[in-house]
Amino acid sequence: MKFSPTLKRLTLGLALLGAAAAAQAQTTLRIGLAEDPDVLDPTFGRTYVGRIVFKSICDKLFDIDDKLAIVPQLALGHSTSADGRTVTIRLRPGVKFHDGEPMTAEAVKFSLDRHLTAQGSFRRAEIAQVDKVEVVDPLTVRLLLKTPFAPLMAQLTDRAGMIISPKAAAAAGDKFGNAPVCAGPYKFTERVAQDRIVVDRFADYWDKGRVHIDRIVYRPIQDSTVRLANLRSGQLDLLERMLATDVGEVRKDSRLRLATGFELGYQGITLNVANGEKANSPLGKDARVRRALELAIDREALDQVVFNGLNQANNQWVSPANPYYQARFPTPKRDVARAKALLREAGVRTPLALDFMVPNNPETRAAAEVIQSMAAEVGFDLKIRVTEFATSLNEAEKGNFQMYMLAWSGRTDPDGNIFSFASCKGPLNYGRYCDPALDALLEKARSTTAVAERKSLYEQAAAKWLAEGSVIYLYHRALLFAHSPRLEGFKVMPDGLIRVTDLKLK
Amino acid sequence: MLNFLPRRLLELLPTLFLVSVLIFSLQQLLPGDPALVMAGEEGDPAVIEQIRRQYRLDQPLPLQYLHWMGNVLQGDLGESMRIKQPVAQLIAEKLPVTLQLGTMAMLFALLIGIPAGIVSAVRKGTAWDTAANVVALAGLSTPNFWLGIMMIFLFSVSLGWLPASGYVSLLEDPLQSLATTVMPAFVLGSGIAAVLMRHMRSSLLQAMAADYVRTARAKGLLEHQVVLRHGLRNALTPVITLGALEFGTLLSGAVLTEQVFSVPGLGKLIVDAVFNRDYAVVQGVVLVTATVYILLNLLADVLYVLANPRLRA
Repeated sequence: MKFSPTLKRLTLGLALLGAAAAAQAQTTLRIGLAEDPDVLDPTFGRTYVGRIVFKSICDKLFDIDDKLAIVPQLALGHSTSADGRTVTIRLRPGVKFHDGEPMTAEAVKFSLDRHLTAQGSFRRAEIAQVDKVEVVDPLTVRLLLKTPFAPLMAQLTDRAGMIISPKAAAAAGDKFGNAPVCAGPYKFTERVAQDRIVVDRFADYWDKGRVHIDRIVYRPIQDSTVRLANLRSGQLDLLERMLATDVGEVRKDSRLRLATGFELGYQGITLNVANGEKANSPLGKDARVRRALELAIDREALDQVVFNGLNQANNQWVSPANPYYQARFPTPKRDVARAKALLREAGVRTPLALDFMVPNNPETRAAAEVIQSMAAEVGFDLKIRVTEFATSLNEAEKGNFQMYMLAWSGRTDPDGNIFSFASCKGPLNYGRYCDPALDALLEKARSTTAVAERKSLYEQAAAKWLAEGSVIYLYHRALLFAHSPRLEGFKVMPDGLIRVTDLKLK
Repeated sequence: MLNFLPRRLLELLPTLFLVSVLIFSLQQLLPGDPALVMAGEEGDPAVIEQIRRQYRLDQPLPLQYLHWMGNVLQGDLGESMRIKQPVAQLIAEKLPVTLQLGTMAMLFALLIGIPAGIVSAVRKGTAWDTAANVVALAGLSTPNFWLGIMMIFLFSVSLGWLPASGYVSLLEDPLQSLATTVMPAFVLGSGIAAVLMRHMRSSLLQAMAADYVRTARAKGLLEHQVVLRHGLRNALTPVITLGALEFGTLLSGAVLTEQVFSVPGLGKLIVDAVFNRDYAVVQGVVLVTATVYILLNLLADVLYVLANPRLRA
């Protein structure tokens, strides 16, 4: 009781503040993020959540549309030479950076060179095939490649394709990420670590007709329940990465809207076939045992039980909607009898105990438990070891696992979902599966630009990799967004990143 | 009467040195490789190598320590690997938030805990006592994150009176600042209020049974004079100790509560830093909170002297 006068005063104060805000009529979109982004420098950024924020600040040479097709953004178009080693990009005229400087071929060269040469650049590996960037004229650049590289355009739709103001970058040095200056629809205003990132509409944006909101405030709120409570109480207008278990509640609430899509990535289980001592098990040595494990899993049931049927069950590294999906290899149905027979054939004594490392996240843990019980019926005794994420990466690197529940956020080009995981020297090939024939196919696929030919190369790769490889693909996670009905024009894009153009607040 | 102060301040140095060595070595026991975490999803080996060199992770531990300590002595706490901001700046940004939250929580705790403890001791065995005990038990056994979420649902989602999260600085807008901190402060304070109430009660009961209280009564003092001037004054010493310790804990960051209300304080800073293996931030925050903690203990000693004349040697 003794708080009520205070509360009344607070309420009155808040109401007055609300009225004042309405009088100004400045529109502010408040977006709830699941994490606090890392440094906001396109060369040094490395988090998914950072990519979400970049979408409002830094335009890229290219973008993807809702069908995953590559479309020009700061570029007007491109052409590739017959040998695939020269890519010429024409630039959009009249584009300005937030500091008023013009976006020219020199700036593109500066940005790409910075990605390639800056110490500690996270972009170098993404565009490593670029040997040289040449300025042809003020609005044309030419990229000379060491080898033809099909995923190049896709890389330029993300951070590697972001063009920064050379003048601002030179002035800020290694502090550029604290106040990035790019050519996106919004300019960076302020950041309070772990509290908010504020960006304001850029008046000279090249496509300003599509920008309708004055200000965007990104607010990291880690707990998904609290993030949702903030949306319901009106402190947020849009949030990303909602829990599948909250979907029912959001659908019932007339004050909320749900928007969904499927990720470009996947959730899979990496199997240790040649990484240290723990690979010395029937699972690591015999592909039949790995297939038996796959046949023990009912992907649809897993999705229904843990994710309310919202995810998309699949057995490949790209989703069925992707042009590179291989219809010849549909998701196998659960087959306990066949799985048991395979184990018998392989001479495995059941129950076969396996160390199953699972990153500590409630949904992943629940999925692992369902898999554990499914596999038990066949004769596997999965010992779940819940491990904090950073630790799990280290353990995976050292080979201290037999099965590792690993998710991948996904890339626009199919190469980004397979090469690092399945090639002999791939940095994410924790199971250390190595087959020179598969390597040759994957190498060839990344240097072939013709879609049909490339697809056929991936088909041959899939025949090998899906039959005996070291990853069991389970599902593509649903991208779940909730927003207030005031927000109009929001579309879930295939990469899950929030596009801020065309958004309106009623 | 406070001639112990200079000596105690000097003692701060070896303590902080030990804390710094301890945190530096304990951190190495954390499983997981910071370079692997920093390298991002792609895990490019060249990048991992580069991070190891850049942040001296490839050097022997004592060398890493000497380098860090050398910088700390020059007032440089290093830079966050994750967001590339100076650690000192991050702490300077978060410390006022945590201080405000901690102070408000402590006020709640004192305003509820001390009077409840006194009433419960003076009215021992009555309905007042039972009620105070039940409330204290509830305060102690309710998990902070649950109470926090329930308050958000009641005051933000249903009633719409208070913002569900975030923080506005006192200097920027005092009213809004109070609105954003009142719920987390109450949640934090309620648990401490219960502890204080229990200690106040037992300490006062003990004091009220002492000879000097009987003497005070025999002198014909009014009961409230006996309780406040003679009983309470003597009973306060252990409560001050406890209060200072609890306050110190609050200032090292109220991790769960800050998480629930998205208050950008020290607790959130250090938890995120631990999960991201952002060593410089962890070291900086621990060093600063250790200093604050030690200073608060010193403050408690000063308060004893003020509360208890017998210590004024």
